[in-house]
Amino acid sequence: MSDRTRHAKPILIRGGRVLDPASDVDEPKDVLIEKGVIAALAKPGSLDADGADVIEAKKYYVTPGFIDMHVHLREPGYEYKETVATGCMSAVVGGVTSVACMANTNPVNDNAAVTQYIIEKAALAGLANVFPIGAVSVGLKGEQLSEFGEMAEAGIVAVSDDGRPIMDCNLMRRALEYARMFDFPVIAHEEDLALCEGGVMNEGITSMRLGLRGIPAPSESVMVARDIELARYTRGRLHVAHLSTAESVEMVRRGKADGIDVTAEATPHHFTLDETAVDDYNTNAKMYPPLRSRRDVEAVREGLADGTIDTIATDHAPHHRDEKGVQFDEAAKGIVGMETVLPLTLELVRQNVLTMRRMIESLTIAPARNLGLDRGTLAVGAAADVVIFDPEREWTLDASTLASKSNNTPFDGWRCQGKVTRTIVGGRSVWEDAQ
Amino acid sequence: MQTVARRHLLGLDGVSDEDILLLLDSAGSMKEVSARDVKKVPTLRGKTIINLFLEDSTRTRLSFEIAAKRLSADSINLSSRGSSLSKGETLADTARNLAAMAPDAIVIRHASPGAARLLADIIDCPIINAGDGAHEHPTQALLDLLTIREHKHEIDGLNVVIVGDILHSRVARSNIFGLLTLGAKVRVCGPPTLLPAEFAELGCELHYDLASAVKGADVVMMLRIQRERQGHNYFPTLDEYAHFFCLTEEILAEAASDVIILHPGPMNRGIEVASEVADGPYSVMMNQVANGVAMRMAVLYQLIVPGAGGIRGSEVTDRQVEPVVASGGRA
Repeated sequence: MSDRTRHAKPILIRGGRVLDPASDVDEPKDVLIEKGVIAALAKPGSLDADGADVIEAKKYYVTPGFIDMHVHLREPGYEYKETVATGCMSAVVGGVTSVACMANTNPVNDNAAVTQYIIEKAALAGLANVFPIGAVSVGLKGEQLSEFGEMAEAGIVAVSDDGRPIMDCNLMRRALEYARMFDFPVIAHEEDLALCEGGVMNEGITSMRLGLRGIPAPSESVMVARDIELARYTRGRLHVAHLSTAESVEMVRRGKADGIDVTAEATPHHFTLDETAVDDYNTNAKMYPPLRSRRDVEAVREGLADGTIDTIATDHAPHHRDEKGVQFDEAAKGIVGMETVLPLTLELVRQNVLTMRRMIESLTIAPARNLGLDRGTLAVGAAADVVIFDPEREWTLDASTLASKSNNTPFDGWRCQGKVTRTIVGGRSVWEDAQ
Repeated sequence: MQTVARRHLLGLDGVSDEDILLLLDSAGSMKEVSARDVKKVPTLRGKTIINLFLEDSTRTRLSFEIAAKRLSADSINLSSRGSSLSKGETLADTARNLAAMAPDAIVIRHASPGAARLLADIIDCPIINAGDGAHEHPTQALLDLLTIREHKHEIDGLNVVIVGDILHSRVARSNIFGLLTLGAKVRVCGPPTLLPAEFAELGCELHYDLASAVKGADVVMMLRIQRERQGHNYFPTLDEYAHFFCLTEEILAEAASDVIILHPGPMNRGIEVASEVADGPYSVMMNQVANGVAMRMAVLYQLIVPGAGGIRGSEVTDRQVEPVVASGGRA
């Protein structure tokens, strides 16, 4: 616990609807935060303010802060896209109190020195908690295992070559086996590069119409199948990143039913948009895996609803506008996501795809468990990472006002419903909505 | 949704039958100019047209150039070699610089699908797509439609077969959109590797057997097969491709007795078309080339001259992502 946290003034959140799936709480309660932890939960009106900062949360939800286990903070190396500090600001604006950041920086986070550098930058920023993810292979080259153990001691919570698949089957096997020693998951970006063959969007009617090279759905599912079988054999922990196809969802469902240690995430863009978002060569609709067919979107939603896909993560991928303002096939892939995760996910609740409880679970305790984090709950004694949000408030997204250093989002101009009003990290209020 | 009142020809996808017919009619009168002793009219005098050809082209570039000259426009040719694009300038920046010189139209050929659309999004000048990757090549399809109409009088109800590398062909796409809009029945034919099932969703009939595809056809359009596809296993060898998909006199016997054969060129003799067929009485390939000039004259005229009509279906609208969720959508 930092000094900042220990000396923070107590906070009393009054009258909000507390929803904490991890401790099975869903009712109006007052929450008292002291010394960086949840000090008490009690019937509304029963806790004494006694020198605490009081936050009125009537009509709002009070939940554990969101944990985004798939974020690209871009530092070191790509500070023109995002820095640890701007990424953390983007996080807390979106209600994300903990960020797990991917290793595809420059230099790559494949050694303890880079891990430490990121952690120090995060401490300086003093906003969200940052948990680095180490590279599976040195330089993300897919050849030689990086030093999982040294990085684990420095603070990584998982390993991943995200951005690139691990095409070498035997390297994946060894990674799953070796990672067992540290009890963290191998996070897999599932794309068979040979099948992708330079594709830039989902292969289907839209790619045929636009003349863009397609990425066939099996490029993902064949890799998911391979890695589930490797996880079965090695008894390693596999986490499948950004599931995008119906077949992949079904494979994870079967894998879980078979008792294999596999978890999975989906992004808001994959459960919100389909391939037609690319229709006018909108480079902000370009990402890997690509936006898929309507049928795939439905399957991802079903997977989230039944828990096959346990986690929602954003794959927040900032890119400079110069990297998006080019021909579609040359444009950078990925979009920013942390500031839109709440309204896009609430939409699933409004459409009765998810219960509010399931939604909060997928944003809090599920990713916490996947990464072995002692967070994602409002239980007394837990770290006071809290988000307060108004599920009803309507607002219009203006990409130019995002806290992220980049504004590459396909949701610019969207009417959103649901807004974070307050974000508390380690007992400190780090962001408050101006309204 | 706000419509930007600018006129472009980016493709035939979404262009109405009315607009296509207007362009074809307009080309009919342009043909007359090419038949004159003095092949020049002052229609576009004082207008500047930039031909931005960033991918190799002979026929299309020449055709646009001649079309501009016959209308008395000043046309300037730019290729990637020797331009700022070879110095690392982006396409968008090149376009902005060209736009600053106030051209009346830009004709663009580019290897990236959507390149013409990118220009239309950022600069204020009519854009004519002269081929963008595997996306569209609308003036080629228009000249094909013109050629077909000249021989068959009516496109509505015709059986048209397109044979070859459908997957990578911008000529096929533009023709499919135009032909379907005008009421033709379109069959597409090729090996399944080059003929994705999605083309059925676009409204085409799929054939893997050339003889059955050609049966009763009024029009057969052969596409160029690119030799480099062989290296990517779309088919084993060019020999085997030719064995199954070369249009021979024998196969042509299955077609209607007054069938016409089109090819956008450049042609691989003996691979997609047997020489006897290419040089035979049914071939209208040289009519296509001649019509290309008239068609491009018509397109330049319609897009540049105010009040000439324009092409409504290809107006560029504001970028918009249609939301899947109910509450999404633009404010």
